[in-house]
Amino acid sequence: MSDIASSSFVRRDLLTERPAPVKTTGFVGLMRTRLFNSPTNILLTIVGALLLWFTIVPSVRFLMVDAVWSGKDRTACLAENAGFAVGACWPYIQAKLPQLIYGFYPEAERWRVNLTFILAVALLVPLLVPRLPAKGLNASLFFFAFPVVAFFLLHGGGIKGFGLSWTAGLLELFDDSIIGAGQAVLGLSKTSAVAPLLWVVGNFIVLVGTAISWLILPLTWLRDQIQGAGQSVWADFAVTTAVVSLIAFGLGGGLRTGWRALASSIAAFAAIAVVIKLMGLDRGGLPVVTTNLWGGLLVTLVVSVTGIVTSLPIGIALALGRRSSIPLIRIFSIAFIEFWRGVPLITVLFFATYMLPLFLPGNFTVDGLVRALIGIALFTGAYQAENVRGGLAAIPRGQGEAAAALGLSWWKTTSLIVLPQGLRHVIPNLVNSFISLFKDTSLVSIVALFDLLGSLRASFSDPKWSTPSTAFTGFAFAGIIYFIFCFGMSRYSLFVEHRLNAHRRN
Amino acid sequence: MSTEARKPPPQIALKIRRVLGGKAGWNGVAVQFAFAAILGWIGYEIVSNARANLENQHIAAGFGFLRNNAGFDVNQTLISYTGSDTFLRVFVVGLLNTLVVSVVGIVFATLIGFIVALCRLSPNWLLSRVGEIYVELIRNLPLLFQILFWYLAVLAALPNPRQSISLLGVAFISNRGLVIPSPVGGSGLEPFLAMLALGIVASLALRFYARRALFQEGRMIRIWPTVLGLLFGLPLATMLVSGLPFTFQLPQLKGFNFAGGSRIIPEFVALTLALSTYTAAFIAEIVRAGILSVHKGQMEAGASLGLSRGTTLRLIVVPQAMRVIVPPLTNQYLNLTKNSSLAVAIGYPDLVSVFAGTSLSQTGQAIEIIAMTMGIYLLISLLTSAVMSVYGWRVSRSLGA
Repeated sequence: MSDIASSSFVRRDLLTERPAPVKTTGFVGLMRTRLFNSPTNILLTIVGALLLWFTIVPSVRFLMVDAVWSGKDRTACLAENAGFAVGACWPYIQAKLPQLIYGFYPEAERWRVNLTFILAVALLVPLLVPRLPAKGLNASLFFFAFPVVAFFLLHGGGIKGFGLSWTAGLLELFDDSIIGAGQAVLGLSKTSAVAPLLWVVGNFIVLVGTAISWLILPLTWLRDQIQGAGQSVWADFAVTTAVVSLIAFGLGGGLRTGWRALASSIAAFAAIAVVIKLMGLDRGGLPVVTTNLWGGLLVTLVVSVTGIVTSLPIGIALALGRRSSIPLIRIFSIAFIEFWRGVPLITVLFFATYMLPLFLPGNFTVDGLVRALIGIALFTGAYQAENVRGGLAAIPRGQGEAAAALGLSWWKTTSLIVLPQGLRHVIPNLVNSFISLFKDTSLVSIVALFDLLGSLRASFSDPKWSTPSTAFTGFAFAGIIYFIFCFGMSRYSLFVEHRLNAHRRN
Repeated sequence: MSTEARKPPPQIALKIRRVLGGKAGWNGVAVQFAFAAILGWIGYEIVSNARANLENQHIAAGFGFLRNNAGFDVNQTLISYTGSDTFLRVFVVGLLNTLVVSVVGIVFATLIGFIVALCRLSPNWLLSRVGEIYVELIRNLPLLFQILFWYLAVLAALPNPRQSISLLGVAFISNRGLVIPSPVGGSGLEPFLAMLALGIVASLALRFYARRALFQEGRMIRIWPTVLGLLFGLPLATMLVSGLPFTFQLPQLKGFNFAGGSRIIPEFVALTLALSTYTAAFIAEIVRAGILSVHKGQMEAGASLGLSRGTTLRLIVVPQAMRVIVPPLTNQYLNLTKNSSLAVAIGYPDLVSVFAGTSLSQTGQAIEIIAMTMGIYLLISLLTSAVMSVYGWRVSRSLGA
């Protein structure tokens, strides 16, 4: 044993410890590796620190340290009274808060606005949390039931008839227009060179109109009977329920499989009846608050939520139209999308405000808010169409072909196979569009609607609060609100994107 | 007995059906007829209603109003304009104002955008955070909010001209706008410009020649000293011979306002600031995404070929990143041009403000004026997308696809 030890080298003593490697984690590591590791980097760090110093410190001073927190009017926010260079004038926001949130909505009725906000949050939050169940019911409540309820809550007023009366009225209007067109052509035929042709065409159109009026005669007769009776809303409601439920029953498969459709239709109508009864819509409903009294955050949210709700169906329809193989529909969709995407939103709002009223019958006035909503819906719809189209293009052809091989119709293939997968792909893009829609709602202040920004601008001209820091305070407040909404949405879209790409990470 | 392959049946009916109705066949044709009928009906309703409404309001349809006198003033004009000029000239004045604010905005937005993108990509942790804060803050606030902020809060808080803030003693900024020195042409202007043009043309020709020599014969020619001489030396030499090409007239405070120099109206300053900082945030993200899209193996491959870091960036990374960057960048330029229409909120006399705003309220010719305004913007964006599709076609060709 001992000769082995003597013939080969075995170290007898321990080596001294080497110094620990330079720490690359934690704050110290961060400073070493990414802040002060080279002369250039040190210089850049100093530049960055200076930039932050000159922006963050004055902002914090303005918003918190030098701010005035209480007072009754502008005198509290003047430097000579406060005794120091005044920063933000928060009592001004306090005084203007109702105006910035509700506009001129009557004070006694503001609970309706609050209730609408609460309803929206209660429906929206479960829709956004992926873990919660019943997404279909929740989405249909938010996208179909909530807008109607919100309208009657915010605007007030009741209903005179129900589905049957409205259908009859619409059809009558349509029929009148056709007969009017026919008579206009007949009138032209007296002076025109191609008189016989125009005469034939005019008479044909009038004939079609008359035929339609005969076809809808039972409907209008029933409408007149119901309107003549006392309880017009409820009678109409009963008839509509019966008709729609029977149609649902028939389409659902009749005696064999239609019971489910029948039950859900009746349940839906029962819910509608409860809402009508609760809000007293049959007896005139809540007092009417016309939209020119709406303002502030209320208008911002109404415009953006309506835009979100209406632009998605428009976008889906246009995207499907653009992918359709039917020439006229494809050409129309392309032209429609490219037109609205090619013009600035402000010209769209000008179009909706000044041009749209000219296109409607003279006795037909459209509310200023509704006009802006129409413009925004068309504009955003075109952008959403391109988003949806991206999602549809991402679905492999094999999906549609497999569905066709199983014998599904185009509608079933689209609504059950292609759209659900395609829309899921583009949720982040859709949310990004919603963010820009939310930001773009501020443009309605240019066409004389008082949204958050418009109300803010109006509040600047109040002499009671005019101080040097009023404008900055107002912008700080509105900026925080806008930032919270937009930043929240963008974080949510990142979260969804992360979830959707979960299978690609390892 | 051999059988010949039968010719396929011509299937003319099928082909016609395909052309007329797409995959849906005759159903598609029927759908199209129904759709055309609905469109026709809507069109008829629009025309008849518009005619009736215009008659009620006693407005004569047509573009005749363009030859009438406008009768209002515009506070920034690039071409001569007085109140007695026609509405057509108002249209041109507004369009030029839109274009000038867009071009200036695009230049600044690109500059700021690239700087912010470099900040975000920088290995320095603090600087990349600063870039991130900038992007997040700017992108999550509405553009109109930012325009109004610059106009109503920042510019309005500036002192009046007498106490205006001096920028190095040559430019002055106050609540009445920005006053900058204006160039006045001197005796040597024409030879100077001629020599400058000559220098540019000669440099371009030299570059063309050097590239041909490199690609066809493999000869490297170092051209940059010559180009530098041509671009700067030649005009400077001319200046020495024939005198100064132009002198700057400095603004002087006289009484309550400035005399001399040229004044840039505060609306223009606010709009340019807001548009360029807003679009810069989007451009920064595009540039960052473009540079990150180039695989890092490209950089390593360049290094293993013995290229220096700068050469690798210039010849390998940037050209590939540009392919990703250019289309969305153009889109942002287009967005900036369209967003410049928000000028109407602060009264900068752009196309929407003077034409769709003032002229519309004076004449009441809503249909014609809004159609013209929309048409111009549509034309600009269609032209841009046409140019971009040519670019995309060239890129895909150069990639061998």
